[in-house]
Amino acid sequence: MKQFISFVNKEFRHIFRDKRTMLLLLGMPVVQMILFGFAITTEVRNINICTPQTWNYDPQIRIMEGFAANPYFNITGTIGNSQEIDEVFREGKADLVIVLDAQRTNPAIQLIADATDPNTAITEVAYATRIIHEAQQVAVTAIPQGQIIPNVRMLYNPQMKSAYNFVPGVMGLILMLICAMMTSISIVREKEMGTMELLLVSPVKPFSIILSKAVPYFVISTANMLIIILLAVYLLHVPLVGSMIWLSIISWIYILVCLSLGLLISTVAQTQVAAMLISGVMLMMPALLLSGMIYPVENMPAILEGVSCIIPARWYIAAVKKLMIQGLEITYVAKEVAILLLMASFLLTVSLKKFSLRLQ
Amino acid sequence: MITVENLTKSYGEVEALKDISFHIDAGKIFGIIGPDGAGKTTLFRILTTLMMADSGQATVDGLDVVKDFARIRHCIGYMPGRFSLYQDLTVEENLHFYASVFNTSIKENYYLVQDIYKQIEPFKKRRAGDLSGGMKQKLALSCALIHRPKALMLDEPTTGVDPVSRKEFWSMLQRLKEQGITILVSTPYMDEATKCDHIALMQKGRLLSVDTPERIVAAYPDVLYAVTGDNNYRLLCKLKENKEVKMCYISGESLRVIFHKNNVPAIEGVEIRQVAPTIEDCFIQLMQ
Repeated sequence: MKQFISFVNKEFRHIFRDKRTMLLLLGMPVVQMILFGFAITTEVRNINICTPQTWNYDPQIRIMEGFAANPYFNITGTIGNSQEIDEVFREGKADLVIVLDAQRTNPAIQLIADATDPNTAITEVAYATRIIHEAQQVAVTAIPQGQIIPNVRMLYNPQMKSAYNFVPGVMGLILMLICAMMTSISIVREKEMGTMELLLVSPVKPFSIILSKAVPYFVISTANMLIIILLAVYLLHVPLVGSMIWLSIISWIYILVCLSLGLLISTVAQTQVAAMLISGVMLMMPALLLSGMIYPVENMPAILEGVSCIIPARWYIAAVKKLMIQGLEITYVAKEVAILLLMASFLLTVSLKKFSLRLQ
Repeated sequence: MITVENLTKSYGEVEALKDISFHIDAGKIFGIIGPDGAGKTTLFRILTTLMMADSGQATVDGLDVVKDFARIRHCIGYMPGRFSLYQDLTVEENLHFYASVFNTSIKENYYLVQDIYKQIEPFKKRRAGDLSGGMKQKLALSCALIHRPKALMLDEPTTGVDPVSRKEFWSMLQRLKEQGITILVSTPYMDEATKCDHIALMQKGRLLSVDTPERIVAAYPDVLYAVTGDNNYRLLCKLKENKEVKMCYISGESLRVIFHKNNVPAIEGVEIRQVAPTIEDCFIQLMQ
């Protein structure tokens, strides 16, 4: 026991004395949360619009007021005649231009959008249509017979905030990075520095070498998980609907999976650079692209969807979404928990088997 | 204490050890002398249970290095050729860590490392990576000793260390020997051979000779002459053409020459005198 404590102590010293690693470990979650929460977002905000100079008639004035009051739109200019429309787009003054038919009898509205980025354009038009629609609904109190107006409700994320999607993703990504990359690097460093040679020529059991490496990163990962949740709730206003206990438990299972992945990498890699590349290319990229964090898994070709099944982050992110955002009971994530547990036990067995008692 | 029988190990095409056999008595200093690439490190790694030989057996303290590797790891101290302590831990933390790895404490075996550790104790708060070469070596030796091993295996401990520290190091080994610790040490420096009780001369994976340094020197079959002239290189070329010369090579300030049938020819302008062979001379002679 004394041996184990002194081992863990040593690992903490390695981490705390390496200022760059420390900064990386504790700074990364904060930076990523802020980046994904504010900068890299799929929400469309600050839409520049140009409106006609004159809004004379009643529904048109209300539409105008609707745009002016909406925080997503900035009115950056007015359009006098049709030649100016091309001009404002070319100058980048507008993302969306609203054109009115001046005749009172035919209150048609034309929306012209810059569709260089089709997704943004679609979202902008959808926002604008909704404002116009709302303005009209006030005007027309009686709905004409036979017309069906859908009543839309956005469940779990009524404001359609992208942070709701990114927070679980960032959790999956950061825990993976810290656990897998850092454990593999710290074991491979011992090989590279020759200290592994001395550890092997001592009575220390390989299991306790591994365990003592895992403990510090387990603690740091847990701290990071708490930082992410705090930032998510208080900075990004993502609700924590579900139970914190279950969220922690599933995170710990996921951390275990990542730790064993790191261990597996360390048995293969001979240098720290190799360990970093393997964890970067083989873990980070799939976790980023195939986990459903950025692109929905359902949209992928069948092969990639199959590949995504072996990515732990996919199951973890799905489970966190259900637990944290939807507030479901643990029974609804039983499948994800089972898959992660299976992965953990498989990876742990393989890497413990592969951990060499001797030099290669 | 340590026995090695017919050890063979190769890395692919390269044969690192070819049929090596010797044994070491308890409480002796045994030196393995040989140039780089002789297979010294491979031999150490097999004896420290870090590697498995292709064939042959080896035991340490009666324990087989393959079957009983776990028990051997309790009772040997190992100092690899490269400095292998934690550079980002302080001197004291390193020693403390290695003590706890072997389930012991600094206090328990302080008497053993006292002589060595006292010299680096003023720097105990310094990180191991910031120590000088000689101090690193003393720390590594302290760490290898802190659990009071029965056998100490030192792989080229004096390589890259200044002459004064080297001398000091060998006197430390003598004191450890007096404590009853068996010491296996390798070195590429021939002059260190005489400090050992027994030596094994090693070259390209083969043992050339295993005996006490005195007996190896005494077994030198030829009469050796030192030849001194103005220009050693020109003299060497000249002597190599001479039919009377069996073997000649440069050693320090002069040439060493062996003549056929001990016929010493008169050569103008050079001084020829008979000298006692050293271990280096024996090594060169055995290499032929």
